[in-house]
Amino acid sequence: MSLLRISNLSLSIAQIPILHEVSLEIAPGEIVAITGESGSGKSMTALATIGLQPEGAKVEGRIELDGTDLLTLTEPQMCSVRGARIGMVFQEPMTALNPVQTIGAQVAETILQHEAVSRTEALDRARAVLNRVGLPAARFPLSRYPHQLSGGQRQRVVIAMAIALRPHLLIADEPTTALDVTTQARILDLLKDLTRDFGMGLMMITHDLAVVAGMADRIAVMQNGRIVEAGPTAQLFSAMRHPYTRALFEASTHEVDLPPAPPPEPLLVVRNVVRTYRQPRTRLFGARPEVHAVDDVSFTLHHGERLGLVGESGCGKSTLTRAILGLEPVQSGTITVDGAPVWTGLRPNFEVRRKMQVVFQDPYSSFNPRHRVERLVAEPFNLLPDPPRGAAREARVAEALVAVGLKASDASRYIHEFSGGQRQRIAIARALINDPTMIVFDEAVSALDVSVRAQCLDLIADLCRRRPLSYLFISHDLSVVRSITDRVMVMQAGAIVEQGPTQQVFSNPQHPYTQALLAAAPKLPDMKKASHGT
Amino acid sequence: MRMPRSLILGSLLTMVFAGGALLSFIWTPYDIETLAIPQRLQTPTGAHWLGTDQLGRDIVSMIMMGARTSIAVALLAVGIGICLGVPLGLVAAARRGSMLDEVIMRGNDLIFAFPSLVIAILITAVFGAGATNAIIAIGIFNIPVFARVTRGAALSFWSRDFILAARVAGKSPARISVEHILPNIANLLIVQSTIQFSLGILAVAALSYIGLGAQPPTASWGRMLADAQTLASIAPHVALVPGLAIVFTVLGLNLMGDGLRDLLDPRIRVART
Amino acid sequence: MIRYMIGRVTSLCLSLVVASMVIFTVVEIVPGDPAAYMLGVNARPDTIAALRTELGLDLPTAQRYVAWVTGMLQGDFGTSYTYRTPVSQMVADRIAVSLPLALLALAITVVIAFPAGIYAASHRGRTGDLGVMGATQLGIAVPNFWFAMILVLIFAIKLRWVSAGGFPGWDAGLFKGLKALILPAFALALPQAAILTRVMRSSLLDMLNEDFIRTARAKGLSRRQALWRHAVRNALIPVLTIIGLQFSFLLAGGIVIEQVFFLPGMGRLIFQAISSRDLIVVESVVMLLIASVIIVNFAVDLAYAAVDPRLRTGA
Repeated sequence: MSLLRISNLSLSIAQIPILHEVSLEIAPGEIVAITGESGSGKSMTALATIGLQPEGAKVEGRIELDGTDLLTLTEPQMCSVRGARIGMVFQEPMTALNPVQTIGAQVAETILQHEAVSRTEALDRARAVLNRVGLPAARFPLSRYPHQLSGGQRQRVVIAMAIALRPHLLIADEPTTALDVTTQARILDLLKDLTRDFGMGLMMITHDLAVVAGMADRIAVMQNGRIVEAGPTAQLFSAMRHPYTRALFEASTHEVDLPPAPPPEPLLVVRNVVRTYRQPRTRLFGARPEVHAVDDVSFTLHHGERLGLVGESGCGKSTLTRAILGLEPVQSGTITVDGAPVWTGLRPNFEVRRKMQVVFQDPYSSFNPRHRVERLVAEPFNLLPDPPRGAAREARVAEALVAVGLKASDASRYIHEFSGGQRQRIAIARALINDPTMIVFDEAVSALDVSVRAQCLDLIADLCRRRPLSYLFISHDLSVVRSITDRVMVMQAGAIVEQGPTQQVFSNPQHPYTQALLAAAPKLPDMKKASHGT
Repeated sequence: MRMPRSLILGSLLTMVFAGGALLSFIWTPYDIETLAIPQRLQTPTGAHWLGTDQLGRDIVSMIMMGARTSIAVALLAVGIGICLGVPLGLVAAARRGSMLDEVIMRGNDLIFAFPSLVIAILITAVFGAGATNAIIAIGIFNIPVFARVTRGAALSFWSRDFILAARVAGKSPARISVEHILPNIANLLIVQSTIQFSLGILAVAALSYIGLGAQPPTASWGRMLADAQTLASIAPHVALVPGLAIVFTVLGLNLMGDGLRDLLDPRIRVART
Repeated sequence: MIRYMIGRVTSLCLSLVVASMVIFTVVEIVPGDPAAYMLGVNARPDTIAALRTELGLDLPTAQRYVAWVTGMLQGDFGTSYTYRTPVSQMVADRIAVSLPLALLALAITVVIAFPAGIYAASHRGRTGDLGVMGATQLGIAVPNFWFAMILVLIFAIKLRWVSAGGFPGWDAGLFKGLKALILPAFALALPQAAILTRVMRSSLLDMLNEDFIRTARAKGLSRRQALWRHAVRNALIPVLTIIGLQFSFLLAGGIVIEQVFFLPGMGRLIFQAISSRDLIVVESVVMLLIASVIIVNFAVDLAYAAVDPRLRTGA
């Protein structure tokens, strides 16, 4: 008998349908993954299951847990189900915990909410649960506050709260999306372990096919509020009956063809760059400790070369990016472009700046919402001694927009009229407008859905074929860097620990950190590539 | 987009009083400088819609003249706040974390510690009572309000990628503040202005009530209330009408501010759709 | 925690020093010689000069500033030019009225605003919320001194429950004293309560949108439980800031309300002092008002640390 049986679940908010006739079953001890791109309704399915859909949402169908239809329960009855029989883990561990309560109190609260036990006993049991999720008493006393923990540790606390009463069903909504790849691997292992140990059912919501490929027993693929294909993991990957499943898979494993790089001729030369920040004093009158955000980094980007920079959050890659772009001075070392320094004295050097442009991660915050596309794209003209005006300016903007696959007429529109993928194209147009010798892609495709990401990568590869283009491609995601760069550098704790030709680094990593990163990265099964080709 | 109901109602109320104030420049029902003691303290009649005061002056005319004083003083005080506070806030945000930022913000805190009434009292002690000094006193207090609001909002934009993009395009902090930050926080400043305007009306009333605002013969609502206080038990309408005028003006401005916020704030718009 | 405290104490002292300098400078540039004022128009120049020496007015500015500040630190606020009595004595009598009035008003503000704000937030969008919000909208628009006049009209003149004004003094008994202050305190508190209610509500609503509320709900807490156990304490952080600011409004607003109720408080004192050019009294009273505002805001900073562990342990 199944633990959870969702049948014909439909949900609409203000007459706008979000879910259509979703049906799904989870057996005890089974991991069922729901995957799909943003807006597919996967998170809403999870929220409806635990009864936390937005207020005013209209829900139809049946959600049976151990034979009881949850949709017929009253709110107080539902409260006694949540936390006791269904636990839930959320995406963003940084905000999922109450900042003014200790972790012990927050875990114990689950127990106190559902069982008539003393506070001391609840805290004892909280201790045991925290030990179980890998937060031992010695380093993580119950009196810790959330702000004293890292993201991965906080996610463990959230998991502890969810499993404290050994619920029959655990729902995990993108539990590792906000985490670094090595942390992700450990959290996924923990979830797998707990599922087997407790005989829970696990509903795992994720946008990342590779994450579920390694752990789910069954997968359901959602698109536009419908489950388009579902089945046991191996079977689903080998059959891929639905075209959307296939498209999703192909986009996830997308590889681009880059033209060969020209013979090396140094363009960007970074020599022994150090950037430190002073931290606040930890002790009164004590010296303020220094953090080496970038610690003696040296590398060269050649003309026409595509260089990758990979590292986890906090490794110093953002600081390095800002230094290269001339947004922040460095304490020591030199950064030159074609032999000229990015900074001359205390002023940024416009001659050099003109040769560089940047594409940022978040397509939603990269543009001033009050300006038209024309003005947004033309902003780098500011660096030119004699910027084009009138018709010449319009022509340049139109040319850049067409080059990234948009229409010249888009110039008169506002940014909110464009989707995330289109915005990233506009960002690339803005980066191209001055014909720079070099572009920095700062996590430029990380915020995009896989299919849109694949299109953006194709665009970049296409641009490389059409014009001489050198870039520094910064990413936390190894799989993206693999096909879009010629050479790659791995950064850890402010230092570059390994660099070399991309294929070589990926197939034969030398540094233990690179090896750990590669081992932790979730992988999709290879079988489809053989039968379908790409 | 639908106009919020509070905006419509608020604008109507505000327009009634602003209109009355403007009209008073060319016409009032009676001349308030002529006293008519025989007609003193009349209750509302056909000739005097809201009655007469202790000196026989027509209350409608007094309210119109008082509206002029209140609105002028409050408006100029808001002007002082915007002209000095907004640039200070922009500079503080552009140089966030610097010594300059620290000095501006600590200066703000200090002015906040001086309640506007105390500033008014200090100024009066030095220069004597009057409308100009009331404007300065209320205006000074508006400076840190606008500086703080501007800085807070500007800071949230300084961390956005489009500002980074503008810096990569070589734009100076001053230019970024004017070109990118100011247009994005304009809505917020408009809303804050209506709030400060309404607080200004209340402050003017309080100052003239204690005799530190506009001096007679200039009519002011606060002065009218002060004069009416001792008569409140025999002629309550003399005390009620100016008070209600203040309440409705302030209410109108606040409703307008709320409505504008609903109309202009994209976050609220997003939350509703 | 220690670092935070040191920072706050430094800022407290700095504020006090700068405030005293500003006040001293402003009073310094006042036209007119206090000694000449005190002696009247017919005074002989040598008498005036003698008085100037007696009052210490002939000393250099810096020296007088230091004397003024060190005097205040020892509780000596100088001698009133007009009454020739110690300012500290005059001020002490008046503070005994003004401070209890402001504190009582603050208490009323909080007692009204907290329940009303929490109620409105937990009934968001429903009739109760709309009612509370409408009432606060009106409460903000009402000038406190006019509201005071209405209260006097109703409770003192029509109903005769309390006297229309005046203060019997604390010697007449705690109850009689409080009874004389209750109407003024209400009049002062109402508009501030309206403001605080709105702040409390919006701060709570912000918190209710936070992820950790959803986490709490997933643990099985009802909406109400999540609000009380998780939202309220977090919402207090912005609310405390406003309470700090409101105290300064209440103290200053007291000056106006004292006029309505003929209370012998700091406001009355300051007006008398201004009209008789008794600048040393003006100086001291203003300094005291500002100092109490600065100290209350310091207390608010300490309250932050009590509410927010991130300040205690350093992030």
